[in-house]
Amino acid sequence: MISREEIKHIAQLAHLELDEKQLDKFTEQLGGVIDSFEKLDKLDTEGVEPTAYTVPMKNIMREDKVEESYSQEDILANAPDKKKGHFRVPPISGEE
Amino acid sequence: MKIYEMSAGELLDKKENGELDTEDILNAFRERIDEVEDRVRAFITVSEKEVSEELAEMETGGELEGIPLAVKDNMSTADMETTCASKILQGYNPPYDAAVIEQIRKQGGVIAGKTNLDEFAMGSSTENSAFYPTRNPWNLDHVVGGSSGGSAAAVAAGEVAAALGSDTGGSIRQPASFCGVVGMKPTYGNVSRYGLIAFASSLDQIGPLTRNVEDSARILNVISGHDKRDTTSVDREFPDYMEFIKEDVSGMKIGVPREYFAVDFDKEVEKTVKDSLEVLQEAGAQIEEVSVIEPEYALAAYYIIAPAEASSNLARFDGVRYGSRSAAEDVSSMFTRTRSEGFGEEVKRRIMLGTYALSSGYYDDYYLKAQKVRTLIKDRFAELFSGYDLLVSPTSPSTAFKIGAEKDLMEQYRADIFTVPVNIAGIPAISLPCGFDSQGLPVGFQIMGPHYGEGAILQTAYTLEQKLNLEQKPEL
Repeated sequence: MISREEIKHIAQLAHLELDEKQLDKFTEQLGGVIDSFEKLDKLDTEGVEPTAYTVPMKNIMREDKVEESYSQEDILANAPDKKKGHFRVPPISGEE
Repeated sequence: MKIYEMSAGELLDKKENGELDTEDILNAFRERIDEVEDRVRAFITVSEKEVSEELAEMETGGELEGIPLAVKDNMSTADMETTCASKILQGYNPPYDAAVIEQIRKQGGVIAGKTNLDEFAMGSSTENSAFYPTRNPWNLDHVVGGSSGGSAAAVAAGEVAAALGSDTGGSIRQPASFCGVVGMKPTYGNVSRYGLIAFASSLDQIGPLTRNVEDSARILNVISGHDKRDTTSVDREFPDYMEFIKEDVSGMKIGVPREYFAVDFDKEVEKTVKDSLEVLQEAGAQIEEVSVIEPEYALAAYYIIAPAEASSNLARFDGVRYGSRSAAEDVSSMFTRTRSEGFGEEVKRRIMLGTYALSSGYYDDYYLKAQKVRTLIKDRFAELFSGYDLLVSPTSPSTAFKIGAEKDLMEQYRADIFTVPVNIAGIPAISLPCGFDSQGLPVGFQIMGPHYGEGAILQTAYTLEQKLNLEQKPEL
């Protein structure tokens, strides 16, 4: 069973803040789901290759050629904050 | 028959013989939306364009000329907001159309609006929408299924002739089953995902929700094809899917997975599905019981793989480039506050699950193990399809349940048990209505095929549809 402390840690990794009530709820619910994954141990996967994509894939290279793309204006149109053609964010300094 | 009850095929025929013109059609569906939408709530955004404007902008001469379609609100549209039913994307206006939207518009299809879904396509009832649940046209107290619930409801209610959804673990087929419409998940890579806001990239696939099997083939023709902007898009010759719209299952070898029927599920669903099996047998199909890997394993692998990919895909929602932003003193707090306030509870749960499965020390135990199980499931399907043309099962273990029904998390996740193995293996499958339970709610029949086996699926689904000839319609 996953602990409340672990849930708290995972939330931090995922940039999520959970209140005390949510922490309790998620600890119980996610604990149940994670425990259910144990059934996979019943399947023997010794020597089995993992599958990431189910249809055959190979690296696809495109020609190194400049093509027209979206304008800076279009791309910045949805930004919550911007200045002089840049995305603008609160200060980064003062962090660990 | 009323205009809004017609399939795309019927509408095109009536246009061809001069009984209807595009304006009649667009007006009829507009009126239907005005009449029923406040009860059904299938849409997040309804196109605000005047019919005259649509007519002026519409491409002419295409396969879907003048046919109104609805699109799940996780597909980018340059002229309509795209929200994924999430507060974090409210007000987001994509700078471009998704590949499927381009294809539909090129063929003259008219995008009538963007439909409701479980937030970021995570859920099986459309109750996880940040805005409101959609109501089932067959009984407004019941859910529509999910996550493409709005698309399924819009088709069932006659608000559009057809719709697009996306299917990661059953999100086209299960709502199609709950709403009594046809829902097709094509082979992974058949339809470009360019412009589809990703949930789980190795599982997501776009497909049609339609009134009948023929329309499913018609729309598949329009949206299938190679697109270099999606590196997982398959480069191959695509058949004309309409050629498979014929009533013939003679000699078709169909396997019935024993392990699916061993799952504890609704008896009325089981009976209705088994009756349809007999119909197929009488029509000349060869039905045999087969053995697959128990669907519980696919379900467990799914709830590792899908959240893992989602946790990575949804990292981009941080309040910098698009969507909402919550105010904070420094950038790291801004990320956390934006995500905590912008995402709903189920999305948070899945991000947490995925982050856990990918975190150091657990990666091998969960993610890698799930990817190996995926190989076993895919190989077992491939082995079966060397001896059988198709496999069949119920689409969902139940019919549409009540809105607000208390279910624990594991119970909710089990709603996908019959649909998830298909995504894990990347194979195509359809859900079509095969009857009704004693409450008058539709039951869905699932037909699965090998990679690129859409043709045999459509042909068998069409045959069953013709034989069953279900005429019931929801009363709204």
